[in-house]
Amino acid sequence: MSFPDPITVFRLEAGELLEQIEAGLLDLGRNLDDRDLVDAVFRGLHTLKGSGAMFGFDALAAFTHHCETAFDQVRKGEVPATQELVAAVLEARDQMRLLVETPNGEHGAESERLLAVLHQAVKAAGGGEAAAPVDTPVKAGEQKKPAGRKRYTLLFRLPVNAMANGTNPLGLLDELRELGDCKVIADRASIPPLEKLVPTNLHVGWRVELVTERPRSDIDDVFIFVMDDMELSVSEEDLDTAPVVEVKPQVQPVAPAIAAAPAAAPVSKAEKAPVQDVRANARGQENVRVPAERLDELMDRVGELVIAQSRLYQLATSSVDIGLRAVSEDIERLSGELRDTMMVLRMVPITQLFGRFRRLIHDLARETGKQIELVTEGESTEVDKGVIERLADPLVHLVRNSCDHGLETAEERIAAGKSPVGRITLAARQSGGEVTITIVDDGRGIDRSRVRAKAESSGIITPNTQLSDQELLQLIFQPGFSTAAQVTNLSGRGVGMDVVKKSVEALRGTINVVSNPGAGSEVSLAIPLTLAIIDGLLVRVGSGRYVIPLAAVEECLELSIEEDLRSRGRSFISLRDSLVPFIRLRDLFLTGTKPDPFQKVVVISTGSERVGLVVDQIIGDHQTVIKSMSKLHQDVATFSGATILGDGNVALILDVAHLVAAGQHQEAHMRAAG
Amino acid sequence: MSARILTVDDSASIRLTTNVALSTAGYAVSEAVNGADGLAKAQAERFDLIVTDLNMPIMDGLTMIEELRKIPSQTGIPIIFLTTESDAALKTRAKNAGATGWLTKPFDPENLVKIVRKVLGK
Repeated sequence: MSFPDPITVFRLEAGELLEQIEAGLLDLGRNLDDRDLVDAVFRGLHTLKGSGAMFGFDALAAFTHHCETAFDQVRKGEVPATQELVAAVLEARDQMRLLVETPNGEHGAESERLLAVLHQAVKAAGGGEAAAPVDTPVKAGEQKKPAGRKRYTLLFRLPVNAMANGTNPLGLLDELRELGDCKVIADRASIPPLEKLVPTNLHVGWRVELVTERPRSDIDDVFIFVMDDMELSVSEEDLDTAPVVEVKPQVQPVAPAIAAAPAAAPVSKAEKAPVQDVRANARGQENVRVPAERLDELMDRVGELVIAQSRLYQLATSSVDIGLRAVSEDIERLSGELRDTMMVLRMVPITQLFGRFRRLIHDLARETGKQIELVTEGESTEVDKGVIERLADPLVHLVRNSCDHGLETAEERIAAGKSPVGRITLAARQSGGEVTITIVDDGRGIDRSRVRAKAESSGIITPNTQLSDQELLQLIFQPGFSTAAQVTNLSGRGVGMDVVKKSVEALRGTINVVSNPGAGSEVSLAIPLTLAIIDGLLVRVGSGRYVIPLAAVEECLELSIEEDLRSRGRSFISLRDSLVPFIRLRDLFLTGTKPDPFQKVVVISTGSERVGLVVDQIIGDHQTVIKSMSKLHQDVATFSGATILGDGNVALILDVAHLVAAGQHQEAHMRAAG
Repeated sequence: MSARILTVDDSASIRLTTNVALSTAGYAVSEAVNGADGLAKAQAERFDLIVTDLNMPIMDGLTMIEELRKIPSQTGIPIIFLTTESDAALKTRAKNAGATGWLTKPFDPENLVKIVRKVLGK
């Protein structure tokens, strides 16, 4: 059996714990009386400390210990939870993260400063010192003297329920025997009559005579787990000197459980009830942790299997062998199912991503002095892990933008007749093969005149260009565009909305913005659920084959020779009374072959805009495993990737967003030309 | 046949450490992530020993021990709990709930094996 590296596991786990601690603290900040949250945070800190100490993260363990102590006081009701305390621990949490990431870094001074802040917060809340508890192990250490042989006479009787509680008296006797020469006599005096005998109870006591050179503490060690509740008397006799009998009664009273209880009294039945907290989500079910790269490997294999399957399918369909066809169909079904299962494996709930924003909003609210609340919807929506990772940065940017430019200050909001608290809503929902993520704010909305002025001044459009409202709003995604009157710490980080748009398009997604002046804005991202496999439409242009993502295909129609001739030079077809520009892929790809007599037009769209692609032949549906292009070809905009066909040939996957944009550009060009 | 041990802990890293130490020592180890999980697993399969953390979400170790001891088939199964030096009061309560022995955290894996051997006997 092979085990992963414990340190790596610990780091992963610490990351999760820290996230849970943070979420707990943020919730607690809103509801200071919530005992469950206090418990959850305490438990998180406790586990972090314990595991940290196990794996040599001593600085982390020591530091976390202080926070745990402070929270223990809250848990026991000695100190109320206060905003200061929550803020102090929240800040300390970040330090813990540092201590996990760089355990050998120079963190001492900062740690001390944070602990001082924490100490202050506890004190202000009316608590005692958040000092290190005296946890020096108290061991009644008997000096190991190089003693000679001694004869010990032990009389002992275990508690009646010792066996029920898992103690095996024979094991204890065995251990005593290991210490030296042993004579054991059972004391059967208190065995009840048969009808009163409870088989799981222990009614026997023992008298043991032990001759050994071992010190007395070794005998105590044998009884370490039962010492507190047993009757034990030990007398010892020095065999190598004069037989002085020293009797040391060691009868321990039954541990004063009741006296010790008050310290831990708050642990009531209520606390044992299932605690509804963030950890329940993360730990409720049994999970297997698998490195993402192994999933990727599996994905590759499944991809290759799908390719091999389609080769088999082609062979089988051209064969008359019924048996072969049946097997081929089975394999087709199985590989389809395998692919679907694989997809689900890669899916993670978007909660993970949304969770990060709670802290961001918290920080943004502090930095801007605005009052902001975050509402999240559809957190259970599942998205491919790779997509989630690549969505994080664009989303952070969009949320920052909304907070910084969108939301007004409390005063401005009140003046506008709105609630002083600005609201950012992050929502996710799945529809078909896409997930839509919207970022909605109820702020001031986008000021069209400023957008126009800015676009004109930065040369993106010429003055007085006629633009639809949507086109105007889309300008904010142009490179070099920023409406921020002044560059602030929040938004002006040199990353514009154009970068956001690029990242989204790299995910084969689209971005849209809607805005009502005075009422707020909504940015929506539509992202395909997965990056790895798409359903495509396989077409032929000249002798080459290409894949068009099926999700983008609206319809296919024939380009009649008349229409072809009529439209030459104008490249528009009329589709149910609307003109759709089209691109001749033969021309674009310079195939140099004669066009087929009956060319087809595949109409593709990205939301609102449509473009026709003229191809020679439509071959059919094709499930496509996307392979990225080589480094050499990365800059080719027309293609988003490549795939291997059933016969082993390579087909390029068309980049829909780019082609639509090109088509629309062509249309605009034509219109301008008259 | 090697003795079967169930280790109950909400911390994956502690579970791993326990598992590695005990598997290496020749025991067959299963894992559970909290008290409720441990309770269910202990009933589904007969274990020779249970090692449990006390502080866990959903169901803590104390409750799990109490519940286990109420089940006739679970009487007599040794239960070792992991505790910190500062939890002296908790130790007494765990003992009263029916635990057999304890191990103080942070623990040395060798020490864990030693204690397991001690409790399991030969």
